[in-house]
Amino acid sequence: MDGALARTVSRGASVVLSGVEKHFDSVGAVRGVSLDIRSGEFLTLLGPSGSGKTTTLMMIAGFEMPNAGDIAIDGRSVVALPPHKRNIGMVFQNYALFPHLTVAENIGFPLRQRGVDRATRARLVAGSLELVRLPGYEKRYPRQLSGGQQQRVALARAIVFQPRLLLMDEPLGALDKQLRESLQLEMRRLHADLGITFIHVTHDQEEALTMSDRVAVMNDGLIAQVGTPEDLYDRPCDQFVASFIGESNFLPGAVLGREGELLVVDCGAAIVRAVAGDGRTHGGNVTVTTRPERMHFADRVAESARQNSMAATVVEAVFAGERCRYLCQCDGGVEVVIKEPSSSIIPRRRVGDRVEVAWSIADTVVV
Amino acid sequence: MPVLLVTPLAIYMTAFYAWPLASMLLRSVDDPAWTLENFRRFIGDVTFLDVFWITLRTALIVTAGSLLLGYPVALALSRLRSGPAALVLVLVLLPFWTSVLVRSYAWMVLLGRHGLVNELLIGLGVLDSPLRLLNTSFAVCIAMIHILLPYMVLPIASVQRQIDAALLRAAAGLGAPPWRVFLQVVLPLSMPGVAAGVLLVFVLALGFYITPALVGGPHDLMLSMLIAQQVDLLNWPYAACLSTALLATTLLLIVLAQRLPGVRDVMRSATR
Repeated sequence: MDGALARTVSRGASVVLSGVEKHFDSVGAVRGVSLDIRSGEFLTLLGPSGSGKTTTLMMIAGFEMPNAGDIAIDGRSVVALPPHKRNIGMVFQNYALFPHLTVAENIGFPLRQRGVDRATRARLVAGSLELVRLPGYEKRYPRQLSGGQQQRVALARAIVFQPRLLLMDEPLGALDKQLRESLQLEMRRLHADLGITFIHVTHDQEEALTMSDRVAVMNDGLIAQVGTPEDLYDRPCDQFVASFIGESNFLPGAVLGREGELLVVDCGAAIVRAVAGDGRTHGGNVTVTTRPERMHFADRVAESARQNSMAATVVEAVFAGERCRYLCQCDGGVEVVIKEPSSSIIPRRRVGDRVEVAWSIADTVVV
Repeated sequence: MPVLLVTPLAIYMTAFYAWPLASMLLRSVDDPAWTLENFRRFIGDVTFLDVFWITLRTALIVTAGSLLLGYPVALALSRLRSGPAALVLVLVLLPFWTSVLVRSYAWMVLLGRHGLVNELLIGLGVLDSPLRLLNTSFAVCIAMIHILLPYMVLPIASVQRQIDAALLRAAAGLGAPPWRVFLQVVLPLSMPGVAAGVLLVFVLALGFYITPALVGGPHDLMLSMLIAQQVDLLNWPYAACLSTALLATTLLLIVLAQRLPGVRDVMRSATR
């Protein structure tokens, strides 16, 4: 085992959720979540509001008790443990820094609870501030800090006592775009440096894709799909995941048959071949999907065995700097979005143009 | 302009409050003619110093008692769900809807020789003969604490309700057991409310008249009662000197307390 792997395995906690449920009155916030979070990984719970992601995080932290199911950290069930005994680092959306304490006292708070002496505390606090790139800020008060600085102090406070697990509840939600992006990278770096397990909750799919090793997409109290960012983007398992992450075009159709690994679908405007995915036996009606930027305009009908193509009319054309965005109506009536890079060698289309839309079969997924 | 809206009230307050007050206080230096003789005699007066000390001491005890009893109530108010919290709030505010005079009389009934407390204790066999509860310093403190308690509970509860719940969760998550969360987070953050409550109760206790007059004994002569006594004797100059002393002490305390930043914020949030 090489050094980096050994460090990761020993420093991060593994978290196992088994059939976790939580209801508030009669509303099922979490309706049966099972998830295996590996030691040292950066996992994001992604979903719209009301999907149960924050409630799940709160149950891992101990602020909510599951109605059913179990949560085990490093192999030990923690459901009966109160939050202050779980030894987990936590960062909240509004930072929750203690206003009556200085930065140093805030960061030193968890160390005080653990009986660390004053000299060691000062050393660890200074080290933590170095890690989040705020050296020398010990004597300031939270109200004197900007939003980004407060967030970094909250991070420093959450890791100073060297927990094996760090939970983050939409930590970047209150920041502006540029700050958010730079802090995303810092968190990624911090994760690589510390080697502990990060569990992060967000509704921002771009953030999830940028920062995580794996993403668990949640919808209406259940996990829709778990996988690496590429898995989720290239092979979404259902319509919800396909539309929540990035943009998708959906083509409904009837299954005509199979060709090896591929499903042949009649989508009205054309016969489309799609990757059949998880081996479910499909029959009847399905929906195939592909990403807008994977579609392009072919100058002639594609004969290639590796491409799908469809005739369409351009309905809208928008120049958006980096890309040109077209809305096309296919002959069958379905509308698709196509994004082409805005480059001088790619001709711009105009509204009303008759076009041939083509895309790779490998990029076509059944959902 | 908003200033115009306040003018009627300003006129009323000037005519019926500020002017009589000022002319009363002026008598300390203006009666029988402009002289400082009244104050000179007043400063060395043993009776005044005695009474002043009794007043201060009573106010201190009452404030401490209100704080000890009121803080847990305020804590409960901020932690309970809205149903039970509303009930507790009503219980705290109920005394406000009865006049101070009536409440003071009620205490006389409770603490008297044949009052409810004595009858209960004798009936239970704990006592053979009634205790002297009424007309004691004990009675004064109990009754004043009862009457001033809401003034302690409400500022503290208001500040505690503003303490962000996320802070409590953060403290717990960082390893603090509930009693440490209270000592290290809740208590320090509730201090502005405590300061406001203490100031309010102390200042009110200094000037209390009816309650100590009714339930107190001969040794419980408060400054306000002394002033009333002197007015009865038509000893205006002396009464004016006493009043000035009381007013000056109260104003001094308020000014000093306002300099504490927490207190200013509490006062400001009340007027927002």
